[in-house]
Amino acid sequence: MIEIRLHGRGGQGGVTSAELIAIAAITQGKYAQAFPSFGPERRGAPVQAFARISDTRIRTREKIYHPDVILVLDASLPKIVRVTAGLKENGIAILNSSHSEQEVREMLGGYKGKLALVDATKIALEVLGVPITNTTMLGAFIKATGLVDPKYMEEALKERFGRLADKNIKALYRAIEETKIYE
Amino acid sequence: MGKRVAKEVSIAVADAVAQCRVDVISAYPITPMTHIVEHLAELVNNGELDAEYIAVESEHAAMSACIGAAAAGARTFTSTAAQGLMFMYELLFIASGFRLPIVMVVVNRALSAPISIWNDHGDVMTMRDAGWIQTFAENGQEAVDLLYHAYRVAEKTMIPVAVNLDGFIVSHVVEPVELLDQEQVDKYLPPLKMKYKLDPKKPITMGAIGVPEIYTEVKKAQDEALKASYRVILQAWKDFEKITGKRYQPIETYWMEDAEVALVLMGSLSETAMNAVDKLRDQGKKVGLIRIRLWRPFPLQEFIKAIGKVKALCVFDRAMSYGSTGGPVGIEVRSALYQSNKRPKVLNLIGALGGRDVTVEDFEEIFDRTYSFIKAKPRFTYEIYGAKE
Repeated sequence: MIEIRLHGRGGQGGVTSAELIAIAAITQGKYAQAFPSFGPERRGAPVQAFARISDTRIRTREKIYHPDVILVLDASLPKIVRVTAGLKENGIAILNSSHSEQEVREMLGGYKGKLALVDATKIALEVLGVPITNTTMLGAFIKATGLVDPKYMEEALKERFGRLADKNIKALYRAIEETKIYE
Repeated sequence: MGKRVAKEVSIAVADAVAQCRVDVISAYPITPMTHIVEHLAELVNNGELDAEYIAVESEHAAMSACIGAAAAGARTFTSTAAQGLMFMYELLFIASGFRLPIVMVVVNRALSAPISIWNDHGDVMTMRDAGWIQTFAENGQEAVDLLYHAYRVAEKTMIPVAVNLDGFIVSHVVEPVELLDQEQVDKYLPPLKMKYKLDPKKPITMGAIGVPEIYTEVKKAQDEALKASYRVILQAWKDFEKITGKRYQPIETYWMEDAEVALVLMGSLSETAMNAVDKLRDQGKKVGLIRIRLWRPFPLQEFIKAIGKVKALCVFDRAMSYGSTGGPVGIEVRSALYQSNKRPKVLNLIGALGGRDVTVEDFEEIFDRTYSFIKAKPRFTYEIYGAKE
């Protein structure tokens, strides 16, 4: 079972991202779960969402304390939230950032683990016209983990966004192309 | 069977309600409301569900509207949680006293004060004695399956049914759910036909005064009806099995055949607890799990059967009964065992209150404590689990 924690700010669509990961995985035939962090959340405040993916039935309702994957939607978050808290040693941190690998590692307090970076804000601005990075970061998630087949994510996006889906799918694929992985 | 889809559990429950072809939905959107009634309002508004959606000013009015509609022969639905259920309280007893087949989903959440929006069973335990049939779901799939079952049972027994599901940790989770096909639902739930209903062509009175000469008899009849509903509840699950192949029982057991100690739970925490059972079984420890799916009427015989040869039970309650001898489930279990010749030690913990997480590790520790409780002096008490000192 793979456990995923998403970091975003209220209103950026982090919960939607977690749900889309679960929906795509379930449509693909896997077992999955997605849930918000159940707090009174406010627009702009740091928020979390969670997802689990497994080949067998998921039988747990506990929170996620030691994620395998963290997905950070907002480039400014690592400065104010310790996003790598509890991340497993062989886990991966996937971040929206325009900074270099070295700079990001420093920002994460000397993080030495697996890292994936993409300038999602730039892609979102170019493709969607707004700095909402949740669907772009799903592309980074797919590239970095291979846990979900992009065609099922495409389906999930179509279902969720209707006529706005095309642009989001474009952003998704651009992120799949542009995400860089550092061991 | 229907297709396996990924859905937020609340949405899946609402879709199942729509499949049951309800005539009247009345609800008040307590904050934070689940998507259950929101989605139903959407379905009605979009013309996808041919039902009357009565928007009301409170939960008190919501249940009143359901009572009126059901009394006139309509298939009705409502859903609420926490403070909303409290505001509805007076009417809960009228719904059951009138013998109306109302179905309600209670999304279990903690009661104020202090203000909490998170999950526990504090809300629904207050309606323990309201004369409703009450079931508890473990996950989204079960919530949906219990919903179909609720209408079948309510309309055959003329007793209202409350289906309970855990707030947030079930209601707000996206997970795989299979809904029945519409034809299967239609077969399982033929149109509601009530022998006695409010009909201007055949006037009757509902809600007449019960003078001292008859009140006791009416209450006895109501209690006997609730007890007799047990048979109907079992039959409705058998009929459900014929359609789906899925088997539901009043009590669910996990690794109980040779268990020495067991945990007793209601609701979705049993999923987490099963992981602890698996881990401890791998270490050779004989632990098991009992989950009470049917809370009212309480399945006494099945419960006694389920405990097998355990030496100690840990009843994990999720609601307070201040100043009493235990949590509501703990009190029930001890009372059930008192007249039985099986008398395991009963450790009663009350925990996971107001959204406090209980992990697999916590359950492992609870099993360890239950083991050591085998040799402990019997104590007629309870403990709040996980409270910081």
